[in-house]
Amino acid sequence: MSAPVDNYIALSAVLFFIGVVGVIVRRNPLIMLMSIELLFNAANLALVTYARAWVNNAGHIFAFLVITVAAAEAAIGLAIVAVTFRRSPRVDVDEVATLKG
Amino acid sequence: MIGFWILSILLIASAVFCITAKKPVYSVVGLLVNFIALAAMYLTLQAEFLAVMQIVVYSGAILILFVFVIALLSSGVRPFDVGPDKAPRIAIPAILFGVAALGIIVVTAIRSNPAVVKATGQDTGDAFAFGSVANFGEALFTTNLLPFEVTAFILMVAIVGVVLIAGDEGPGGVVRRKKKRAIEREPILKKERAIR
Repeated sequence: MSAPVDNYIALSAVLFFIGVVGVIVRRNPLIMLMSIELLFNAANLALVTYARAWVNNAGHIFAFLVITVAAAEAAIGLAIVAVTFRRSPRVDVDEVATLKG
Repeated sequence: MIGFWILSILLIASAVFCITAKKPVYSVVGLLVNFIALAAMYLTLQAEFLAVMQIVVYSGAILILFVFVIALLSSGVRPFDVGPDKAPRIAIPAILFGVAALGIIVVTAIRSNPAVVKATGQDTGDAFAFGSVANFGEALFTTNLLPFEVTAFILMVAIVGVVLIAGDEGPGGVVRRKKKRAIEREPILKKERAIR
């Protein structure tokens, strides 16, 4: 198994781009959160790739920490979605403007 | 090399399916395929422990959380309504900009770095080979002990935050309940005083 590093990095960039498009285009908060998970995963892929290229496991540690932060982010984001839904039937992120001054 | 291409096609296809699916449940399925393919990709990069963590934490915990919230939101009296799900006006320029940035990244990556991921430490049967649990654990608990502890703190903050946000009555619920309890307690206190 030996693919060039650039292949992995290009794949990571493509995945990151797909995630960004998901965040920008979709208005469903659940799918936006899933797109953010895609972003985390793309970044992790780049980290693991470079860790492998330089045989240095600092990248693995960093990717592990990113996974933990992603878990915390998903939990809090989903809690916010659930609360928003409880307060009003529409959960379109453009309609949620209660925090606006 | 063939494995890389199969996995990358699977990754991109499932990611696209995830962001284009009409219903969040289908998105979750796409995301599941994406996570598992990514775990396989980690295995090709000799990150064994991370591959297992990917499946346990992402597919096991985070996706179940998503499915749980989707089930919670669609089980009520009201249907789960997200409105027209129309893209904001800024979407088109943003996507164009994103395509340009993507092109720059890909072209730079292909031009600048012809290095090939070489196989090292493979098939040696060494417990401390690169990416193994032993190797990872040693790095995590010696060199990176402080980040590890901070991570534990972050998780605790997240748990407290989730309980506070999505607790019984939503924001302010804690305060309201305390007031109610105080009101309930008053007559009892009066009675106690009367007895004395």
